[in-house]
This record gives sequence, C-alpha cells and structure tokens, in this order.
Amino acid sequence: MAQADARNPKVQRPLSPHLQIYRWTWTMAMSIFHRITGVTLYFGTVLLAYWLVAMASGAEGYANAEWFFGSWLGYLILFGYTWMLMHHMLGGLRHFIWDFGRGFETHERFALAKATLAGSVILTFLIWIVVLIVR
Amino acid sequence: MAEHRFDKPGSIRTPLAQAKGLGASGSGTDHFWHHRISAVSNALLVIPFIITVAALAGRSYEDAVAIVSQPLVAILLALFVVSITYHMRLGMQIVIEDYIHGKGAKIAAVIANTFFAIVIAASCLFAILKISFSPLF
Repeated sequence: MAQADARNPKVQRPLSPHLQIYRWTWTMAMSIFHRITGVTLYFGTVLLAYWLVAMASGAEGYANAEWFFGSWLGYLILFGYTWMLMHHMLGGLRHFIWDFGRGFETHERFALAKATLAGSVILTFLIWIVVLIVR
Repeated sequence: MAEHRFDKPGSIRTPLAQAKGLGASGSGTDHFWHHRISAVSNALLVIPFIITVAALAGRSYEDAVAIVSQPLVAILLALFVVSITYHMRLGMQIVIEDYIHGKGAKIAAVIANTFFAIVIAASCLFAILKISFSPLF
C-alpha cells in the first residue's frame, strides 16, 4: 500500500509493512484484543457513572437505569462488558508474567494467549451463571 | 542498565540529569510503573465490584441504596472507581501517543483524555457519597 508523500504527491515512498501483511497469530490477536477491550472499557465507564448517578438521583432515575440495563440490549451490553473486563484483566495478568521475565518461550507465549481467551470466556459464563442463579 | 550509557564518552547528559535518571520525558518510568500498580489494584478491587453489582441485580431501589451505603461497599466501590479511572487514563494516553501524530491534536487528545477520566471519577464518587450520606428512611 504505497502512499503519496503529503508534501509531494508524485513521490511514492515505500512504507514499512503493516498489519494486513502478516499472518495472524494468537499472540498478535490477543495483543489487539487487549487494546480493543481496554478502549471499550474506557468508554464503558460512562455506563458505570450513569448507573451510580441514577441511583443517587432517586427512585425514578434508578428505575430508568434498571429498565435500560434490564432490557435485552442492556443484558447484551453487560454480558459483552463482563467478557471485555475479564479478557483485559487476564491480559494484564499475562503482562505481569512477562514483566517478571517469564513466559517468553514460543510455546509459553501461545499457551498464555490461548489461556487468556479461554479463561475470559469461562469466567464470563461462570459470573453470569452464578448471578442468574442467585438473583 | 542505564548506567552503562552514562559511562560512554561523549554523553551530553549533565551530571544532574544522570543522577536523576529521569530520561528525556522528565518523568522516568512513572507512566509504566503507575499503570502496573493500578493494574494490581484493579485486579483486586474488581472482585468486590462484581459481587456488588451481582448483589444489586434485580433489587428494589431501597435495597440497592441500602447495599451501596454500607461503609465497606461504598469504600470499595470508591477505591475501584479511583483505580480504574487512573489506570484507564494512563492506558488511553498510550493509545493516543501511538496513533495521533500531529502535535496539536495529540496534546488536545491527551488533555481531553484526562478531563474524561476526571469527569467519570468525580461523577461516580459524588454519586457514591450522596447515596451513602442521604438517609432514606
């Protein structure tokens, strides 16, 4: 994907290869997931703030928030948010292992990446099963 | 590791800069380190957060307020809010620095990022305190 130089459109300078040229690997995919989940969780804190402020504003405000979070869309968002939270948390724990200089062997990196995805899905379903049984 | 560089002849670093060891940014490894510390507190505080949300699911308004206004619940919720908003501000700054290259746009985005994190933190903390300190019954 050669791109024109901004100052001189006629000059076609080579660019270093970017994402689309590489074969997808588990470690690469989980690294990207980690960033995407982090950014989504970032904007998702608006929902946390909305929920708490609604509760602080009184019974009517809380009823509105309950209606929203209790709708099918609300459930979908909360389920997705739970998974992203678990995925980002396990991704962070993976980074801790690396911070201590461990887990850098090829088989370890791939095992950790797969464990991050599998663990996040398992934890998400566990949380939701427990919550739905308890309530 | 860094010490070896200072031993090299021709280093233009002043002795004071070498002694401080804070690098070109002037803040050393603070960003990285604070990101990791807040990751630890996030991982610990997310547990009571999930339990609290689960405990509140489907409850009446009165029950929800009664639970959140418990001192232990309110304190853990408030600490969780502080921890995640601090962590997410540091994380988003890395994303901004990776993808936004124009100087003006980058500075504006970093400032907006800080404002967003503070607005979320202040809103959540105010709400938790108001819920805790407003007698319902």
